[in-house]
Amino acid sequence: MTETTLKTIFGRLGWESFPIHEPILFGTFVVVALLGLAIVGAVTWFRLWGYLWKEWFTSVDHKKIGIMYVILGIIMLLRGFADALMMRAQQAIAFGANEGYLPAHHYDQIFTAHGTIMIFFVAIPLVVGLINFVMPLQIGARDVAFPFLNNLSFWLTAAGAVLTMTSLFIGEFARTGWLSYAPLAGLAYSPDTGVDYYLWSLQIAGVGTTLSAINMVATIIKMRAPGMTMMKLPVFCWTALCSNVLAIAIFPALTVAFFLLMLDRYVGTNFFTNELGGAPMMYWNMVWIWGHPEVYVLVLPAFGIYSEITSTFAGKRLFGYTSMVYATVVITILSYLVWLHHFFTMGAGPAVNSFFGIATMVISIPTGAKVFNWLFTMYRGDIRFELPMMWVVAFMLTFVVGGMTGVLLAIPPADFVLHNSLFLVAHFHNTIIGGVVFGLFAAMVYWFPKAFGFKLDPFWGKVAFWGWVVGYWVAWTPIYVVGLMGTTRRVHHFDDPSIQPYFVVAAIGALIILVGILGFVMSIVMGFVKREELRDTTGDPWDGRTLEWSTSSPPPAYNFAFLPVVHDLDAWYDMKARGYQRPAGEFRPIHMPRNTGTGVILAGLSLALGFGMVWYMWWLAALSFIGLLAVAVGHTFNFKRDTFIPAAEVAATENARQPLAVGA
Amino acid sequence: MTHRTTAAPGAAITWHHLDADDHDHDHGGGATVLGFWIYLMSDALIFASLFAMFGVVSTSYAGGPVPRQIFDLPLVALNTALLLASSITFGQAMPHMEAGRIGPTRLWLAVTGVLGAAFVGVELYEFSHLIAEGAGPQRSAFLSAFFTLVGTHGAHVTVGLIWVVTMLVQIGQHGLTGEIRRRVVCLSMFWHFLDIIWIGVFNFVYLYGVIR
Repeated sequence: MTETTLKTIFGRLGWESFPIHEPILFGTFVVVALLGLAIVGAVTWFRLWGYLWKEWFTSVDHKKIGIMYVILGIIMLLRGFADALMMRAQQAIAFGANEGYLPAHHYDQIFTAHGTIMIFFVAIPLVVGLINFVMPLQIGARDVAFPFLNNLSFWLTAAGAVLTMTSLFIGEFARTGWLSYAPLAGLAYSPDTGVDYYLWSLQIAGVGTTLSAINMVATIIKMRAPGMTMMKLPVFCWTALCSNVLAIAIFPALTVAFFLLMLDRYVGTNFFTNELGGAPMMYWNMVWIWGHPEVYVLVLPAFGIYSEITSTFAGKRLFGYTSMVYATVVITILSYLVWLHHFFTMGAGPAVNSFFGIATMVISIPTGAKVFNWLFTMYRGDIRFELPMMWVVAFMLTFVVGGMTGVLLAIPPADFVLHNSLFLVAHFHNTIIGGVVFGLFAAMVYWFPKAFGFKLDPFWGKVAFWGWVVGYWVAWTPIYVVGLMGTTRRVHHFDDPSIQPYFVVAAIGALIILVGILGFVMSIVMGFVKREELRDTTGDPWDGRTLEWSTSSPPPAYNFAFLPVVHDLDAWYDMKARGYQRPAGEFRPIHMPRNTGTGVILAGLSLALGFGMVWYMWWLAALSFIGLLAVAVGHTFNFKRDTFIPAAEVAATENARQPLAVGA
Repeated sequence: MTHRTTAAPGAAITWHHLDADDHDHDHGGGATVLGFWIYLMSDALIFASLFAMFGVVSTSYAGGPVPRQIFDLPLVALNTALLLASSITFGQAMPHMEAGRIGPTRLWLAVTGVLGAAFVGVELYEFSHLIAEGAGPQRSAFLSAFFTLVGTHGAHVTVGLIWVVTMLVQIGQHGLTGEIRRRVVCLSMFWHFLDIIWIGVFNFVYLYGVIR
């Protein structure tokens, strides 16, 4: 075949695109390939493909989609954390004559992939997954407003994750930092596939996240149980509402920033170039108009989780529910007004910098109000220090420090010194690990029995807890210190040997976090092994207060045989306190959405489109695009989208359910 | 529903919604229109970001052509008239749909589609003309932003055209069922939304560009 034919078929993909010459990548590839083969083999051997396809992949059940999101998040957490370990190892040894074990070229890809994966494919899927699972149960609904869209959103996110992972073994990932700043990310400075992988992965996943956010907002507004006014909405749902409204408001800015950068790279436009009038700082502005609110998109639901858990384990109604709701709304609005603090050094002038500095500091007021509300909820409560509550306490102690260093960074003159330093890196890890990650672990421990019918193993859960909490402080305290002394971020090699001990301690901290991660995996494994012992037979293992605990664990496909009527904020607590009776007999058929494979197909075509565009395989991109349009339009011709669960089946399911312990 | 919780403990309290559960029946009856509204708001933010980008680089001509030299206002006026007229014809379709008259509904929708297609055609002509003159999107940041903002709007109208054709076929297949009506309502919101965006483009990009 001639050169041109090959180029037409494979674009810029060639043998040299496969990293067989890089031992680390090749080793990783072998391990991943073997693991993948083992999993595919096992699924085939046990004849599970049909089951997975019918019951999970094509499912429009919000609970199953939520669980798939969480599984995706946990798998990607392992990848993102492997990157973290590699960075810590490199920085612990690369001093003076020692160049470390990673070439700069590879190291740059690792810190980019770490940040990108941790935010887009760990934090977002975990948060979205938990909202997906918990929120409809808490508002007493049977599903979300748009069940098919929910399935599609998940698969688009998964397609983005797959495309990012593909870059590990075919070509390379971006070396431009997790937000791929222009003009570095333009074609002039980053001509290879890295930034294209980055852009296409995040655009595909971003569409999924936006659709999911629209879905969740419509669900909360339209599908609450009778009697559940907005001020009787559980706090977690309030935070989910604000988080998703915020996501709808910010993702368009990111989509446009990425879209324009794509045009610069593919069409040759001059939005963010240094030539012909390009304005690279517009990229920074648009990316951070998304970026700063995004941390609130992630942390607000975590605040909701802490609120639910504090109230449950203190055995008290949440202190200051109304102020909690207002604080959440105020944070939502303020978070949109602070993006410029990410680049005070841009030179916008003292007036602009002062505005954004003050707006940033003001956010600490509603956040502080929340902390006091949690403290007052605990005050004189009958606190049970079970695992979820332990995570809450660790969060409060850790997060407050991150909040204070944030206020410090909000002062423009201080920021001029600390901009781009490891102090900043320590600050945002402090808030994201201490705020979001601890909350996600608390939530996974708290709602796991609801999802699977048994609790996680408490011993390994404690190992996970102590590993993460101790590991966090050991890993990040030294980074705060060297950052304050002026060490910059994204550095592959240091000359000054006097700061090496700090990085060695940080690496040890990362290893302690590894113990925490393995502990969490073990708590799932051992929980499964000991599931009979840890079984939740009541549906209400923690003496909960909200509606998700009023149905069995795991809930039936339709969640509630009869939709609950809500009289009080803590609806389930109210039911238990006032002698609620399970309704007897007279079940009715239940109207439910039907499963569909269209989401998987659309996401697969998006993946092919992204891959074709990354490698300049124009035929593949064009075919996938036409396919996307055809399948999307074709799907609208399918009017058989729902089904009824017959009354007899509902009756059988209900009678097989565990008798609820309370009120029965 | 407002239930007061004044009943004494033990008194009969309604804990469950026992009537035929119409509440949950319409998987997104009202929710679809609300959800589509929210989608339109996020799409409005896409255009807001593109307008902001255009605003920042709207005078970054980089020594290339300036608006006065390249914008053909009579052509743009024609295009604006086509799009505004298509909104009126869509408005004509709606009362017929409400009254369940399939024929006129399809007719007015078809007219709307023809006007929309003419709009896209004129826009493509304008673009090709500009590129042939050497005023393509690569020439300067101003032109990059111009082509992207106007082109994104045009791409939306094209999606709207595909949707119009789809609805013409589906009305033919199923008549004006509840589901079909809901889709036409969403399409009409989409169509008018694009009209509003175009008014912004016409004023901010073309008129303001030419007078300064």
